[in-house]
Amino acid sequence: MEVWKNIKIKRSFRQIRMEKIFRSSLVLIALSILVMVFAFMLTLIIQSLPSIKALGFGFLYGKTWDPVANIYGTYPFLLGTLLTSFLALLISIPFSFSIAIFLGEYYPRGWFSEFLKNAIELIAAVPSVIYGFWGLFVLVPIVRSIELKMGITPYGIGIFTSSLILAIMIIPYAASLGREMIRMVPAELKEAAYSLGATRWEVIRMVIIPYSKSGLFAGVLLSLGRALGETMAVTMVIGNTSIIPKSIFDPGNTMASVIANEFTEAASTLYLSSLIELGLILFLVTVVINIIGKKVISRFTQ
Amino acid sequence: MSPNIKYRLGKSGAFKGLVIFFSVLCTIPLMLILFYIIREGITKINWNFLTNLPKPVGETGGGILNALVGSLLIVFYAALIAIPFGIMGGIYLSENKKSLLGYWVRLSVDVLQGTPSIVVGIVIYFWIVKPLGTFSALSGSIALAVMMLPIIVRSTEETLKMLPSSLKEAGLALGLPYHKVMLRIVLPCGFSGVLSGIILAVARIAGETAPLLFTAFGNPYFTTDVTKPMQSLPLLIFNYATSPYDEWHDLAWGAAFILLSWILLLNIITKITTRRWKIQF
Repeated sequence: MEVWKNIKIKRSFRQIRMEKIFRSSLVLIALSILVMVFAFMLTLIIQSLPSIKALGFGFLYGKTWDPVANIYGTYPFLLGTLLTSFLALLISIPFSFSIAIFLGEYYPRGWFSEFLKNAIELIAAVPSVIYGFWGLFVLVPIVRSIELKMGITPYGIGIFTSSLILAIMIIPYAASLGREMIRMVPAELKEAAYSLGATRWEVIRMVIIPYSKSGLFAGVLLSLGRALGETMAVTMVIGNTSIIPKSIFDPGNTMASVIANEFTEAASTLYLSSLIELGLILFLVTVVINIIGKKVISRFTQ
Repeated sequence: MSPNIKYRLGKSGAFKGLVIFFSVLCTIPLMLILFYIIREGITKINWNFLTNLPKPVGETGGGILNALVGSLLIVFYAALIAIPFGIMGGIYLSENKKSLLGYWVRLSVDVLQGTPSIVVGIVIYFWIVKPLGTFSALSGSIALAVMMLPIIVRSTEETLKMLPSSLKEAGLALGLPYHKVMLRIVLPCGFSGVLSGIILAVARIAGETAPLLFTAFGNPYFTTDVTKPMQSLPLLIFNYATSPYDEWHDLAWGAAFILLSWILLLNIITKITTRRWKIQF
């Protein structure tokens, strides 16, 4: 009897100790995630210090990027990133909102809606390198022939082609979020509008869109965040020149694509650190956009 | 009907038509991409393609064995690193909904999720590649693990939050220690949800190229040594697609087909597990 008691006490002591270890390891891991993200930012900042010190704000509006002559102005890349992202956003918005309205309001069920929903998820699942590959071999020749007909230099590659590819890639983000938000519009509001004699379009324009406005906006923000940071697909079809693009059909470079192309060949400290500063800017911008988007969503859903 | 109502109904119908038109139009590029990759890729797949190494330029034939094995290894080690951290982080967040640390961890997971993949590559380059002095598969795995982490944490958290708290209370009332309640009762109940999060994370990172550019780097030879540079399918597609040689393009098409079917398969598995999950509750 005594022996049994002892074993039981020992076991429960061990269990209490295990419990403590488990609880503290949970906290430890949570803490380590926090520390890791903090170190992540710190690494970027520290590594880009040489270029921040040497170049200051001239880094942002300098118009020439010539590592051989030690001139680092990133205006062409900032312009390239903004042009491709906003052009892509402009192209994708009609599509993603249409899909959101189609799936959220007109046909929430049915085989075609099921198919469309899966297709949208699939668009998000295809790796960006495959989009780039396809773009390079299928889209570029098409764009080139269009450019020939329009009578401009037929590069094929360039800002416009990248925007097209990006537009396809970012449709799912705004579409699936928009669908969720449109689904959440209370039926009473819609029914009230119908009972006043509103048509479907008027209900959508005057009830659904105003109600889910912030959700749709958040979806657009998440799409934009994705477009800004997208690397591979853009790198493969944008042409990679550091000259400022004069029109949207010219080749160019984005911040992400210049990092992807030049990071491993950057020999001097200043060259490397200016590339990292580009990464830091990219990181800060996308993180801020994503967090604003998430905040809007969580405020909307509560 | 007065002309005014006719006009309004007509406008409504026109808008509906427009929405349907754009929605249908949107599936076309996807179909084109799938069709093209399958048509170009499937003809390149044969036994030699799967079991040989890439041949030098000019020789026909050759395969992508190094990239296949490399991709599997890199993704496997990434999952091995990310899963314990992700699940434990998820348990912590679901258990501490209101704590200060919970708020900051949730924020940092959001930050990580929004980080462009190329930036992850840069940071891991300075953390692992530079101190070790060489590109390595291990650093690639760590970069991918960093990208998997937010997805696993979030899906674990959401799944465990959905479980009824009576489950946990019943375990605790029986005198089970906390760790056993969490690991033996709560986690197994949410297993399929957690699992689908993990598969989704794997599907997301299996095609990632940008974080591997400065970490795993790529390697034309066969290796299973994780401290050496290693080839992977996305890297191979990127390098060979942008090369000027037709033989290499063929290899890239075949690799793209394999990568795409792998990712499709993972997504279908996720679908099936989440569907089962929904039926349970």
